[in-house]
Amino acid sequence: MSIPQPEQLRVVELREVTKEYGAGVRALRGVDLLVERGELVAIAGPSGSGKSTLLHLIGTLDRPTTGTVRIAGHDVAGLSDRELSALRARHLGFVFQQFHLAPGVSALDNVADGLLYTGTPLRARRERAAAALERVGLGHRLGHRPNQLSGGEQQRVAVARAVAGDPPLLLADEPTGNLDSAAGAEVLGVLRDLHAAGTTIAVITHDPEIAEWCPRQVRVRDGRVVADAGAGAGRRPPGPNPKRTPEPAPDAETAGAAKGAPR
Amino acid sequence: MTRQRLTPARLGPSDVLRTGAAGLRTRPARVVLSALGIAIGIATMIAVLGISSSSREQLLRQLDRLGTNLLTVAPGQTVFGEEAKLPVEALGMVRRIGPVRTASATGTVDTTIRRTDRIPEAVTGGIAVQAATADLLTTLEGRVVKGAWLNAATETRPAVVLGAKAAERLGITRTGVQVWMGERWFTVVGVLGAMPLAPEIERSALVGFPAAEKYLGFDGHPTTVYERSAEESVEAVRAVLPRTVNPENPEEVTVSRPSDALAARAAAASAFTNLLLGLGAVALLVGGVGVANTMVISVLERRKEIGLRRSLGATRGQVRLQFLAESLLLSALGGIAGAALGGLATAGYALSRGWPPVVPPWAFAGAVGATLVIGTLAGLYPAMRAARLSPTVALATT
Ligand SMILES: Nc1ncnc2c1ncn2[C@@H]1O[C@H](COP(=O)(O)OP(=O)(O)OP(=O)(O)O)[C@@H](O)[C@H]1O
Ligand SMILES: [Mg+2]
Repeated sequence: MSIPQPEQLRVVELREVTKEYGAGVRALRGVDLLVERGELVAIAGPSGSGKSTLLHLIGTLDRPTTGTVRIAGHDVAGLSDRELSALRARHLGFVFQQFHLAPGVSALDNVADGLLYTGTPLRARRERAAAALERVGLGHRLGHRPNQLSGGEQQRVAVARAVAGDPPLLLADEPTGNLDSAAGAEVLGVLRDLHAAGTTIAVITHDPEIAEWCPRQVRVRDGRVVADAGAGAGRRPPGPNPKRTPEPAPDAETAGAAKGAPR
Repeated sequence: MTRQRLTPARLGPSDVLRTGAAGLRTRPARVVLSALGIAIGIATMIAVLGISSSSREQLLRQLDRLGTNLLTVAPGQTVFGEEAKLPVEALGMVRRIGPVRTASATGTVDTTIRRTDRIPEAVTGGIAVQAATADLLTTLEGRVVKGAWLNAATETRPAVVLGAKAAERLGITRTGVQVWMGERWFTVVGVLGAMPLAPEIERSALVGFPAAEKYLGFDGHPTTVYERSAEESVEAVRAVLPRTVNPENPEEVTVSRPSDALAARAAAASAFTNLLLGLGAVALLVGGVGVANTMVISVLERRKEIGLRRSLGATRGQVRLQFLAESLLLSALGGIAGAALGGLATAGYALSRGWPPVVPPWAFAGAVGATLVIGTLAGLYPAMRAARLSPTVALATT
């Protein structure tokens, strides 16, 4: 194996990216962002600051109004819709705040369907799905339907679906937004393990604790990046899990309520 | 990161089917209801086609049994527009034609048949009195259901054999009964069975030629000559019959083939059949609209799923294909249920009438074709809408 060239290290490369919705809504106003292989990056900022818009552009679900988006070395502007689909199938995994699991379908098949568009045969899809569920600690829940799983378990199924194909880049938009702190901790634990195994992860959050937990934070406000530790900073391991209280505090209930409160 | 060419993976047929079926599995009630319209339409059309082909098959089998080699010779009209007469020796001439195997004749007798002499003469019940030669039953391959056919003895005596309808109209169910014909009593010696090729015999009272001449003033001129020849020489016989029967005025003779009427009936589709087919088509159309409606709703409800699939790497084409497959499956389910239902209805009706149940294979092929076309048409617009949906908008739906 040759030593990777710097540009080969760049998983995400945004240059002067702007995004306008219709007339007047400027969700992004010139964003430069570089994410290298193996980083765990938090994209944090208040509501309406443009985090999800940013994630959609990184995820090639949308195109910028101006500026360049390069994902895994591919300039998105030069790719057709079909090519973008192939890019997503092979290079990207998504985790959403709402888990988006198919109701009435087993965890195994929900995860296996995540590989549907990668050209993997059904048998191999199921095998890899089982392995992915094992990875997120749900090896014993393969046959369970979403309504038979807790919220944290459902989100871990969604994470398993996103990573079953071993995408180099995992994008998570408020992955713990719908979960209580214990379930959120489960999901963060899974992300930490994936990061340790080499997956590049971008987590959108407006929870400062989760942002602090990530080794690199990109702070967004009013469609601009206002603070960024810089490319490469996210390769360090994350801090201790913020959602797991080390020892039950005397006022654990009020503390838990404060953490769960929306910001 | 190596920069390889980006080509989306193709979905295999089984994966297309799986994704199409996935949308149906979670909403069974809706599937049943929206497939019902198609099922009713297909069932109606299959049953209508099946029942009419069963009836046709029945006629054709009957024809097969009865043969198509029977020809009848009757007097036509003279050049002056008067009723012509067949010569007395017509039957003998016909028998002399080479390929003719059997020939016989009837002659209309100008009289009536009544249960008693007290019933007025005008009340004939539509029954014709005819003289018949002794081999008539052989030529027509008819059957006696009661008593016996005329023989050398009874054809000279005041004895009468009744056609099936004639007996029914007279209310006679047994032999030995006396009936009033002309100016005297005749004894019923036999009753005939059904004669699909000679319905006029079913409505006749038949006496022997000698008896007709002796007791009823019959002039001896036959009015119908029946003959059968080998199947392959029917046309040849038909061509020579007029000249043989009436060498002087062959144009005064009409020849016909009774089996043609049956064959024509078998070939004709009744207006009723067409009406029912039309109704089936309307039901099918309504069913198609139902499927389209279900699909539109399905696309609206599943925007998030569409967004998710796009994020997983589905191309627009693959999303379109998924919804098309779903629509096709939906209408195919209706089509299969309808075909089964229509087949059962056909079998039930045909068996209850004693017909052979037949559904033409092309009707099933047509049903398959119709459901495929309907499924495609109904799914096309919803599938295009699904494919056009922007992934971010789809995912943002709450
Ligand atoms: N499809 C859209 N059409 C029009 N405006 C949009 C659209 N999507 C987002 N916006 C606007 O763009 C801005 C940024 O939205 P975005 O969803 O990126 O914010 P966010 O940081 O993810 O917020 P939140 O934390 O609440 O999810 C907002 O002002 C929003 O109203
Ligand atoms: Mg958001």
